[in-house]
Amino acid sequence: MISYFLVSPYLVHLILFVSFPVIFSVVLTFHKWNIISEMQYVGIDNYSRLFQDRLFWKSLVNTLTFLVVHIPLQIVIALALAYFLDQKIFCKGFFRATFFLPVVISGVVVTMIWKQLYGVDTGLINKLLVSIGLGKVEWIINKNIAMISIAIMATWKNVGLYVILFLVGLQSVPQRYYEAADVEGASRWQKFRYITLPAINPTIFMVTILSTIGGFNLFIEPYIMTGGGPLNSTLSAVLYIYKQAFEFYHMGYSASLGLIFAFIIMMVVVIQKYMIEKDE
Amino acid sequence: MKATKIIVYILLIGAGFSFLYPFYWMIIASVTPESQLGNFNLLPLEISFENYLLMFSKIPIFRSLLNSTIVAVSSTTGVIVFGSMIGYALAKGNFRGKNLLFFIIVFTMTLPFQITLIPNYVLMVKFRWVDTFAALIIPSLNSAFAIIMFRQVFKGIPDDLIDAARVDGCGELRIIFQVLWPNIIPTIVTVGIITFMNSWNEVLWPLIVIRDENLMTMPQLVTLFAVGGRADAQLGVKLASAVLLAMPIIIAYSIFQKHFIRSMASSGLKG
Repeated sequence: MISYFLVSPYLVHLILFVSFPVIFSVVLTFHKWNIISEMQYVGIDNYSRLFQDRLFWKSLVNTLTFLVVHIPLQIVIALALAYFLDQKIFCKGFFRATFFLPVVISGVVVTMIWKQLYGVDTGLINKLLVSIGLGKVEWIINKNIAMISIAIMATWKNVGLYVILFLVGLQSVPQRYYEAADVEGASRWQKFRYITLPAINPTIFMVTILSTIGGFNLFIEPYIMTGGGPLNSTLSAVLYIYKQAFEFYHMGYSASLGLIFAFIIMMVVVIQKYMIEKDE
Repeated sequence: MKATKIIVYILLIGAGFSFLYPFYWMIIASVTPESQLGNFNLLPLEISFENYLLMFSKIPIFRSLLNSTIVAVSSTTGVIVFGSMIGYALAKGNFRGKNLLFFIIVFTMTLPFQITLIPNYVLMVKFRWVDTFAALIIPSLNSAFAIIMFRQVFKGIPDDLIDAARVDGCGELRIIFQVLWPNIIPTIVTVGIITFMNSWNEVLWPLIVIRDENLMTMPQLVTLFAVGGRADAQLGVKLASAVLLAMPIIIAYSIFQKHFIRSMASSGLKG
């Protein structure tokens, strides 16, 4: 009986903040409600509106743009840095701690800094580009580039965590495998392709899944950097849910967006999982 | 071989510089007078705390520091205490529905928060918790991640230890908190760091449930200061607030960086 007492705090939590919200979210999607007046039953209006909503599709495309840039960039940079750190290197701990610093700092701080780095005339990045003879880039004011800029910033912020995870993967390969390969006269690339890559495959999978979820959870970065602009080019899934609920007070419609996005996230993760398992 | 080593060092130092310099620039810019901010210098030409004084006069930043501390400490305490109770029951208890409960807990970890965000806000409105600490603390007193971590570590503890404590007349709560806790300190530290960091850096939920400036958490207040008009577009003043937001974590990280890295890596490996 004592066990029921021990789990009771979680049961209360589960009922109030998980079960009820999930059920109520489904109920909300069939209603129109501005949270003050009475809820009004509208059938499947929210869903039919959603599929014709240009901004819903826009936010989905923006998220995919983010992921297409963010995931490969993150894997390549994290793997490269982990590979360098796996050599015999002085100050290994210092480098590791440095790469990890942006991971622990609030995204608010990181975004405020990068907003300045991305400035067209005053930003450090453009000043560097100009000093080596290249042109200025309209990082966050050009609608075709803004989401890519946010993806680059997110990579900079998160990559340290994945460096550590790849390091764990790299160090799990027994040294004698490489020695055996050396005896056989394997090239650097062959060793990477046939010994290292299979060992870090699970890490690549994990980075892909975590980054995908991160992309769908993107909020504070566009909120501070661009407010979702220019021309909604950085409107993320969560930012759109937030705007519908707390700028327009469309609670029912916002809940529908939340439900559909959650469904998409779970589908994407399942598909990725399936593709990676098939690959192996 | 020698040449590749040098290239590796150059790349590592370049990467290290790119991760450190933006934070260094933020700190320098926050003590640079607004008129000189256009130039990127390694050292400021003159140091002035004008930006900080102006920021203090505009937003209740120290109040928000206190608020964030109260919220983060409360939810971390809750997650560790409740997490060990439930983890213990799942690992060592024997009750109907145990496996179902564990399955549900694992399932909730995969549930995207986009589903529950709006209904949870409605709940806060109905409970009249909007603009109270209850809205920030009570929903974050339990964490599925922590429960799973504690269940796993308790599974590895021999039953003999628990039986011996029972023979000595210990109740289950005393067994958890006095007999078992001293044996699982690394797990407590891991769960503590992750919960504290998540709470400290959370912005979306406070933005939704807190409108009273005196109850705002620090990242929320700094965010609204950064996007709102109150800083009069003065960069140095905004960055001063960002420095204060980053400072507690930078200090904690420079002392306990090994624990931070290990904890977050292990949560990544589990997630």
